[in-house]
Amino acid sequence: MSAGRRRRGARPPWGLVPLAALALAFLVIPFLALLQRAPWSSLGDRLSNPLVTDALRLSLISAFAATGISLVIGIPLAWVLARTEMPGRSLARAIVVLPMVLPPVVGGAALLFAFGRRGLLGGPVYDGTGFLLPFSLWGVIAANTFVALPFLVVTVEAGLRSADRRYEDAAATLGAGRWMVFRRVTLPMVAPSVAAGAVLCWARALGEFGATVTFAGNLQGRTQTMPLAVFLALESDRDAAIALSLVLIAVSLGVLVPLRDRWLAA
Amino acid sequence: MMRLHRGARLLLAGSLLLALAACGDDDAGGSGSASPSGPEPAAEGLSGSITVFAAASLTDAFEEVATAFEEANPEASVELNFGASSALREQILAGAPADVFASANPSNMDQVVEAGEVEGEEQVFVRNELEIAVPAGNPGDVDGLDDFADPDLLIGLCAEQVPCGEFGREALANAGVTPAQDTDEPDVRSLLTKVEAGDLDAGIVYTTDVLAAGDAVEGVEIPEEDNVIAEYPIASLSRAASPEVAEAFVAFVLSGEGQEILESFGFLPA
Repeated sequence: MSAGRRRRGARPPWGLVPLAALALAFLVIPFLALLQRAPWSSLGDRLSNPLVTDALRLSLISAFAATGISLVIGIPLAWVLARTEMPGRSLARAIVVLPMVLPPVVGGAALLFAFGRRGLLGGPVYDGTGFLLPFSLWGVIAANTFVALPFLVVTVEAGLRSADRRYEDAAATLGAGRWMVFRRVTLPMVAPSVAAGAVLCWARALGEFGATVTFAGNLQGRTQTMPLAVFLALESDRDAAIALSLVLIAVSLGVLVPLRDRWLAA
Repeated sequence: MMRLHRGARLLLAGSLLLALAACGDDDAGGSGSASPSGPEPAAEGLSGSITVFAAASLTDAFEEVATAFEEANPEASVELNFGASSALREQILAGAPADVFASANPSNMDQVVEAGEVEGEEQVFVRNELEIAVPAGNPGDVDGLDDFADPDLLIGLCAEQVPCGEFGREALANAGVTPAQDTDEPDVRSLLTKVEAGDLDAGIVYTTDVLAAGDAVEGVEIPEEDNVIAEYPIASLSRAASPEVAEAFVAFVLSGEGQEILESFGFLPA
């Protein structure tokens, strides 16, 4: 929050430059290698395939939906974890990061045991209403939310903890109610964390593979997202898999670069 | 510009040196382990370590085969690496250190052969039939391939890009059934998991998978005239670090003892 001291073009300490270059190179070289292997001449034909357009549509819908749901339920959870003294809070905090630690396939299996046709909750719901999460777009969104939500919660919680609470206290002293303080003071203060968390959440959801395929299955036009299409293309046709990956990369850059410039850059 | 060129040259020189060193190692290893006593490789005193790349459906069976092989050859050791045959193929073509490749279908082996990575010839060592897997108690009341067209049932297949999906579709075509599947699973294990959990009413898997799943899954046989039999080829690889051990392992898999172990896991003899 020390915007006054922020300077453009600060000179880094000398030791940082080579390490930063190493980090960047490590991230960039695999992408260059991917570009170098790309089947450029047949790219147009490959990408007009309905398999690609179906998968891209499902990926975008499910990633944005998962991010929306995460914002709605994740910010309140982050606030509770950061600001209250509820019993079992450290346990709750550990549970929140579990989906980050678990192999996604295990997460998907856990979702199946909970919300599947014979699941803890899914069983009674299915018997009563015939509604089933797996093998539907709702299942994809549920799996994406499960793995992506922690990224939002952890980021926003860190933002809330480092935010200066005296502003909230001052607002309360001046007569603002708790909801008003949250909406007019707290939220704007942690907006950068919310934006960063939402971006991380969206990116994680877009690339989600393991939990999705385990919980929601894989059917073109219904549940097959880009990562699933890439994985299966890799089984038979590497060029197709690379072409699909390029689309995924292009779409994520197209969304993330403008967002980063707007919200995350100093 | 100049610096870039020099860097590139250095990199090239470095990798050439590495490649030469690797060749040197191979030669040394080869001449070191070749027995001076005679031309035929002695079955006894076989020593060295090999890495076997094997299809995921062989997991349980090959662990037992490897143990038996090591018992018969105390100086030799076998490392196993399991995965989808297509993933293993990619790894081998990318230069992964493998001595033996056992694939779940001929096409992945063919690509490895075409790349010149196979020493000698590949051999079919085992066969596997298809079977319908249903959850215990058969809640969907599935009794044959015809049920795969029922839109009210939750049906799973393997994706057509993987062997079990290719063969499953072939069997459905033989039976004249257009499937109304709810999911195309990326591999046979994930299909089986969903059947086990009761989230699918039926899926087409291998006989060995039904056997391995135990009580959670029941099998419904596919009639002989519709069924498709998968052939598993095995070969030792040309870049094997211990070619004698690799060949001995392949021979062991094809031997009576090896075949007996594989049959106990539900495979059909080659």
